[in-house]
Amino acid sequence: MAKVEVKVCLGTTCFVMGGSNLQELNEIIPQKYGDKVELNAANCLGLCSINWEYSKAPYVKVNEAVVSEATVEKVLEEIDKQLGN
Amino acid sequence: MNNMGQVIHLKKEILVRIIKAFLSDDFERQARLIPYDMRPKGMEVPYRCCVYKERAIIKDRTIAGLGFPIEEDDETVSLSDYAKQAMERTQISDKNLTVLQTACKGCSTNRIYVTDLCQGCVARPCQSTCKFGAISIINGRSVIDDSKCKKCQMCINACPYNAIVKISVPCEDSCPVGAIKKDETGFASIDYDKCINCGRCTAACPFGAVHERSQIIDILKAIKSDKKVIAMVAPSIIGQFPGNIYQLKTAIINTGFDDVYEVAQGADVTANTEAKEFTERMEEGQNFMTTSCCAGYNQLIKKHLPEIKPFVSDTKTPLFYTAEIVRKEHPDAITVFVSPCVAKRAEGFDNPNVDFVMNYEELGALFVAKKIQILDLDEGKYTVEASKQARNFGYSGGVAESVKKSLKDEDSVKPCIINGLNKDSIKQLKKYAASGVCEGCNLVEVMCCEGGCIGGNATINNQKTAKKLIDNFTQNSEDISKI
Repeated sequence: MAKVEVKVCLGTTCFVMGGSNLQELNEIIPQKYGDKVELNAANCLGLCSINWEYSKAPYVKVNEAVVSEATVEKVLEEIDKQLGN
Repeated sequence: MNNMGQVIHLKKEILVRIIKAFLSDDFERQARLIPYDMRPKGMEVPYRCCVYKERAIIKDRTIAGLGFPIEEDDETVSLSDYAKQAMERTQISDKNLTVLQTACKGCSTNRIYVTDLCQGCVARPCQSTCKFGAISIINGRSVIDDSKCKKCQMCINACPYNAIVKISVPCEDSCPVGAIKKDETGFASIDYDKCINCGRCTAACPFGAVHERSQIIDILKAIKSDKKVIAMVAPSIIGQFPGNIYQLKTAIINTGFDDVYEVAQGADVTANTEAKEFTERMEEGQNFMTTSCCAGYNQLIKKHLPEIKPFVSDTKTPLFYTAEIVRKEHPDAITVFVSPCVAKRAEGFDNPNVDFVMNYEELGALFVAKKIQILDLDEGKYTVEASKQARNFGYSGGVAESVKKSLKDEDSVKPCIINGLNKDSIKQLKKYAASGVCEGCNLVEVMCCEGGCIGGNATINNQKTAKKLIDNFTQNSEDISKI
């Protein structure tokens, strides 16, 4: 099965609007999913320049799915969905 | 930083919109439109009964963001008028907090209440345990007479069915000095004679009703003026933004500031001075000394704990020394302290060398509004590099450690840490003051917020990650010089 790729945006907007808390994923993801999920920090993903702007930041991408107003719980939920759990 | 994610997000979004309005070519109009931009016609209503109430509440929050007290708003003044007044004002207020009282409606008064779980038992331990005769049995169930109840909570502990609960008012419960209260009308208000500006109520209210009165417009006006504007960033800023503090310096300069100083530079002076004072006091036979760098603690001493004053170090805060240096080097510049908490607003107001205070959330909002990508920026240099211990001032234990490391005989310091001011720790400090003794310890570090400044009400990152990032960064910093 292909790995799920998670990209956490570390752009200033996402970080300030709540993305700082997503750094907890660094510990949770390897613990919970082992090597089934690959976690990467990304410089600005450019998502804050779309319609919603900063009002829906922080953003995380799980494969191609965009999680807006991302929280640790929302990201884990999307990963589970993609893994078919 | 706390878990009130949605509330904090909302407050930050409003700040971003205020800053964008200021930077636009029509500040007054754009300010007036903020509630409509955030809750446009036809939008699904996220929190309240209808879009009109949502807008009214966003308007109130914007009033605080423009620096005015929400309590004094009579609803007839438009946001464009507030924006105009903000542009015209030349003074800031010493009252740093304001309460959005319409939000208080959702909150019941603080009391002890018997729920439906009451079984009307025969033993009635609640009634026999109550020392105030407040509990009677009506229709076979316990009922509390609020006029007699002293909220001692003995009945809660006595009930074997867990049928009795304390209905909390989070702001009141969070305040260590009883300064915020819901009055008989049900609205919370702050008694500024008692308030120590610790900011706990701002973080505790689930409705986000307590706001800091922002000085962001005054700061933006200063940046726009011909004057030089200098930012002084608190040590706890490490780890609050992406990138390192050198990139952060460039980012701050890109928002329009002329220079940036690390307040950790002043923390080095504080640590060395405090170490010297500590040695002198111990030689004079004093049993213990407390630190003096936390603004919340300093206000507690002034307003509620004067008896501890003889034991408090006379050394000034890192901000004091930094602002003194900046004023000397740039006598004509406007100085802005970048702060993790509301308490430092009060310190800044009282210090003529500090013109304005901007918290981390406001600086973050400024970066967002100006679309500054910190990770893409080059590193800027600080004229003076602070020591490792000074840069660690922002977390609990860091100040005591810096005093220790300033001394040749490090073992002469036996620290004890007050990690957060609450009713219990204040009692403990009162005991130290009354007895003149702090058992097994001679240096009491006092931090108003749990975790230290990284636990301040306006921080962006969570404490655990912030502390890790500070440690990662400061392991390469030089040790503090010995006195």
